Amino acid sequence: MDFALSDEHQAFRRVVRSFAESEIAPHAARWDDEHHFPLDVVRAMGDLGLFGIPFPEEFGGGGADFLMFCIAVEEIARVDASLAITLEAAVGLGANPIHHFGTAEQKGRWLPDLLAGRALAAFALTEPDSGSDAGATRTKAVRDGDEWVIDGTKAFITNSGTAMTSLITVTARTPDGGISTIVVESGTPGLVIEPAYRKMAWRASDTHGVRFERCRVPRGNLLGEQGRGLHQFLSILDDGRIAIGAMSVGIASACLDHAVAYATHRSAFGRPIGANQGLAFQLADLQVAVEAARLLTYRAAWLRDQGRPFKQAAAQAKLFASETAVDAGRVATQVFGGAGVMEASPVARFYRDAKILEIGEGTSEIQRLVIARGLGLPV
Amino acid sequence: MKIAVCVKQIPDPATPYALDPITHFVVRPAEQVLDDTDRYGIELGLQLAEASGGTVTLVSMSPVGNLQGIRQALAMGADKAVVVNDPALRGSGALVTARVLAAAIAREEADLVITGTESTDGYAGVVPQMIAELLDLPALTFARKVTLEGTTLKVERQTAGGYDEVEATLPALISVTSGAVEPRYPTFKGIMQAKQKPVDQPTAADLGLEPATVGAAGSGQVISEVRPAPERSGGVKIKDEGEAHLEIVKLLERAKVI
Repeated sequence: MDFALSDEHQAFRRVVRSFAESEIAPHAARWDDEHHFPLDVVRAMGDLGLFGIPFPEEFGGGGADFLMFCIAVEEIARVDASLAITLEAAVGLGANPIHHFGTAEQKGRWLPDLLAGRALAAFALTEPDSGSDAGATRTKAVRDGDEWVIDGTKAFITNSGTAMTSLITVTARTPDGGISTIVVESGTPGLVIEPAYRKMAWRASDTHGVRFERCRVPRGNLLGEQGRGLHQFLSILDDGRIAIGAMSVGIASACLDHAVAYATHRSAFGRPIGANQGLAFQLADLQVAVEAARLLTYRAAWLRDQGRPFKQAAAQAKLFASETAVDAGRVATQVFGGAGVMEASPVARFYRDAKILEIGEGTSEIQRLVIARGLGLPV
Repeated sequence: MKIAVCVKQIPDPATPYALDPITHFVVRPAEQVLDDTDRYGIELGLQLAEASGGTVTLVSMSPVGNLQGIRQALAMGADKAVVVNDPALRGSGALVTARVLAAAIAREEADLVITGTESTDGYAGVVPQMIAELLDLPALTFARKVTLEGTTLKVERQTAGGYDEVEATLPALISVTSGAVEPRYPTFKGIMQAKQKPVDQPTAADLGLEPATVGAAGSGQVISEVRPAPERSGGVKIKDEGEAHLEIVKLLERAKVI
């Protein structure tokens, strides 16, 4: 066994951390407060090469492993969950389906801009009446000559409405009875982007409801096999779950760092509050959880990079890491006391931002379902 | 155009420095990082090279360790590195450092030499001028802005009260101040390519330097004693009863800050 990261992984982590601390951290609280999506910084993340890391060089990707991508997501999440989810969703949900299921022509057309971070792709799965139950998708797509005609409404779609959004991949029920995945380019008539949500978490990320009204796209925009969209989507989601694990690790370790610093410098009753076992032991437990979450996440990424089965490992990592992030937010806020509840406090933002990690890309309940079924239980 | 940029690997400033109790030399761990202030010289070199179709060679002197700091600099986009690596160099003072770097630069036949103003571990601040003297180059130091027109370098030279406009014809040496340019972040591809880039590691003898002229022996200086820096004294506490700002103004005036 070897738990050491390679020199390249370490060198890359240093660069992303330095970028995150210099270019993102000083502004994160303000962007959060103003619900502001910082286009220029997302483009700068593109210039660093973050959006292409795990994809082939032939389309402008970095040709690196998924662990490398996880390290980038973790480091961005250490300072700003909104930008971390922007990156995670753009890669895991935006470019990944095209990379996995696109034809050579489709990849050549869409991937270069996405991998270079010049454009963002969104994935429209969730609907107002169906989230975890993706099979209940109501959005419909029917063929009319050489076109698909799409009708339906999608909800909570990340990266769907900025000037960088170049396409939205939509899951829709097709006349074969199955669910198919179809690419709709930005600006297509009948594609309606609702105003951005006002969110409790990830406020600086870009999230909209999306409607398709007699929205016509060329027949060639079908991604992968007709009627196999649900199956395709589920396989993509396993990648995303590892990356959400990495995001969770970033947030949790940031909470730990902030809490330890505060507990060392803040005094009460004549000594640092960290001198109290009641508090110190909570932080000790938190560090153990953060390390365990990181190991589960890296292991899942490693299994994927080795070409081994990783569905269970991804669910375990996502479940444990996201719940650790929420715990970390709660503990850190408690350590900060009244100051932790102030909007300007970093831990308040992390606490809010952590919660949705237990929901997006498969709720904790769905993760437990996957894990329990992996045990052979008839649940 | 061939541009040589002097860079230095230093112990990570985030961790406390250790001095060898007997030799008084800085203990250099295997993992050293790029001196942060070197990024400005590298950036300037890259910009000039990109504009003129030139190349950038990093020149350094230190125990190589795992070369992490040099790879950081290569990841920004430099073409190659020369790291003079020789146990005989242990204990070299500023003049010997300049002598070794000058020999390495001469071997590269550089048209332009770029340095920082001083290193963040040694703070001698004299090596750039010494290199220029040894190579018989004009030294344009403390540059805050640099333009190159043909073979004419125009530099705004930072002074205490403002800046001087100076110029020289290549070949020349420039030392750049932090902030002269905005250093780029290494890209992901840059980091991956950095490990493939050539790092030449000559000894002092390879550069034609006699053993007696390098290391502690060649330095003509002995560090006789080192002492920890004095603890900061307590300062002045001003209690604010509505007039504290006036007290602060007085203190600043006394310190001739305002």
